Amino acid sequence: MFLGLRELRFARGRFTLMGVVIALVAVLVVLLSGLSAGLVNDGVSGLKAMRVMSFAFDKGTITDNAFTRSVVDDEQLATWSAAPGVRAAEPLGVSIVNGTTDAGRQVDLTLFGVEPDGFLSPAVSSGARSAGPGEIVVSQTAASAGLALGTKVTLDRSGVELTVVGFTAAQATFGHVDVAYLPIDTWRLIASGSAQAGAPTPQQIGALHYPYSSVIAVQAGDDATLDTARTDTAAGTMSMTRTEAFNASPGYQAETMTLTMIRAFLYAICALVVGAFFTVWTIQRTHEIAVLRAVGASTSYLLRDGLAQSLVLLLGFTVLGVAAGVGMGALMPDGMPFSLEPVPVALASIVTVVLGLGGAGVAILRVTRVEPVTALGGHR
Amino acid sequence: MSTPSTTPALEIVGARLELGDGDARVHALDDVSLRVDPGEIVAVVGPSGSGKSSLLAVAGALAKPDSGIVRVHGTDVTALAKSAATRFRLTTIGFVFQSGNLIAALTATDQLRLAARLAGNRTADPAALLGSVGMAHRADHRPDQLSGGERQRVGIARALVNDPSLLLVDEPTAALDRASSHDVVRLLAARAHEAGVAVVMVTHDHDVLEHCDRVLEMTDGRLGERVLAA
Ligand SMILES: Nc1ncnc2c1ncn2[C@@H]1O[C@H](COP(=O)(O)OP(=O)(O)OP(=O)(O)O)[C@@H](O)[C@H]1O
Ligand SMILES: [Mg+2]
Repeated sequence: MFLGLRELRFARGRFTLMGVVIALVAVLVVLLSGLSAGLVNDGVSGLKAMRVMSFAFDKGTITDNAFTRSVVDDEQLATWSAAPGVRAAEPLGVSIVNGTTDAGRQVDLTLFGVEPDGFLSPAVSSGARSAGPGEIVVSQTAASAGLALGTKVTLDRSGVELTVVGFTAAQATFGHVDVAYLPIDTWRLIASGSAQAGAPTPQQIGALHYPYSSVIAVQAGDDATLDTARTDTAAGTMSMTRTEAFNASPGYQAETMTLTMIRAFLYAICALVVGAFFTVWTIQRTHEIAVLRAVGASTSYLLRDGLAQSLVLLLGFTVLGVAAGVGMGALMPDGMPFSLEPVPVALASIVTVVLGLGGAGVAILRVTRVEPVTALGGHR
Repeated sequence: MSTPSTTPALEIVGARLELGDGDARVHALDDVSLRVDPGEIVAVVGPSGSGKSSLLAVAGALAKPDSGIVRVHGTDVTALAKSAATRFRLTTIGFVFQSGNLIAALTATDQLRLAARLAGNRTADPAALLGSVGMAHRADHRPDQLSGGERQRVGIARALVNDPSLLLVDEPTAALDRASSHDVVRLLAARAHEAGVAVVMVTHDHDVLEHCDRVLEMTDGRLGERVLAA
């Protein structure tokens, strides 16, 4: 890269300008990556943490917001539990509620009703797992909403009183709302609408006949004999794998699609801008290239030199941009759903460089069209 | 000065070259024959559009004649494939162009080093070569920091870096004043006479013909010998 490096130094003004654009694209790509990871976590971390193969929704549920729309009954649950190849199937109740803490603060919570000893019941980092009626384990992120061990939350309208007894080990949010895990029985009491104001009592729960939950969480056995389609037909459900089910959580699809589209546009802009720059750069040097080819520089030498030059430019400024982006990410306020994960950031940087290189490559191919014979005569 | 037994540095026999299409078709070269021996410097003069640059293109394996033979140092360059011709130019032919000879980003030394690297030539001595064209004191200057005459000297040094047997020079003095023109052509003549390089120089500048061994005149694609009025 004898020539390429010297050109970088010689035309550093022009190359720096181009580089700054590349770096800005890299900054944006990093910020977007952090934002989408953050939003995904905020949207579905409650589902991500679950050790579940698939969720069975009631047949015919609209995909959008399916978790809160779907209603399945114990018969469907029993069909799933008994199906061959199923290790375990448990009910999951999902509802989004508003409440007020005993300190008078308004909170939004996603109630996840789970079997207290089941596989859906989360690990706790402090406090205890919820066992008794009215006991909830909330996401650690709820601390910023004013929840602490012992805090009582009174649900709006029903007046049901829930008590925080523990915090989950991992972030658990669903549809950008903190998750509160509670026993499925308590969830049913609240969902049935027959709960009385105050803390739920074992007597109320004992008297309740409400055999419904939102969805069925399924763990498959190791022998892979589970026939999901057949079981769905038998139980009158429709299944989605855990990752498919992300789309069924509030706003998830719209958010990720928007961000993916913005990112695709950024990549395209990067490739086009770099391509345009190197097109102009190559055209400016047409006479020089003709001279080089007349003197005896091979096409492959000129291509390699040009590509190496653009690679240095792209790598250098992408690294700068990524560093700046990561730095800015560290300064993001806590409340912002932003989470930088090394793999997506690395991938995004690589895509930026590769697409930029593609754009540059197309432009640099132009050198093959420069005829060495044009070096002769009084050009210029 | 030349004996028939030496291999000519350049031998063109009956070369024809037509350029353009339809009504714009011109005989750039019309049955041109030419022989230049090592150590000879030959000037080519003629009106604009008479085919002088075309002659250099054909002699330098940049363009193939429609018919005729072009041998450089014994090799028939019309038979070479494009990449072989590129390689051949690199090692055997030196070019000095009228203008824009040099790469803007490179210092004088680097111009020579690049040409040497392209040829894989490790024995080249750019510093000594720049010294021999009187440019040692400008070795680290880029083209935009050099005068026109200085640029042509660097261009000549670069053309010589891989020890070519044929040097093709297109209007080297077009942008120069009288004194620099004489310096540049004297330098070329000295190279021819001392190092045995064959030089073919196209020029409009009749002042500098005195330094050349022969002067050829091109008219409408035809080449004729002209007796030096010396
Ligand atoms: N690419 C081309 N297509 C068509 N005709 C061409 C082309 N290049 C040159 N010609 C024509 O070929 C003839 C010879 O051109 P050439 O460049 O060899 O002239 P020249 O003697 O070098 O002129 P000058 O002194 O102006 O440099 C001219 O009539 C020119 O118009
Ligand atoms: Mg010409």
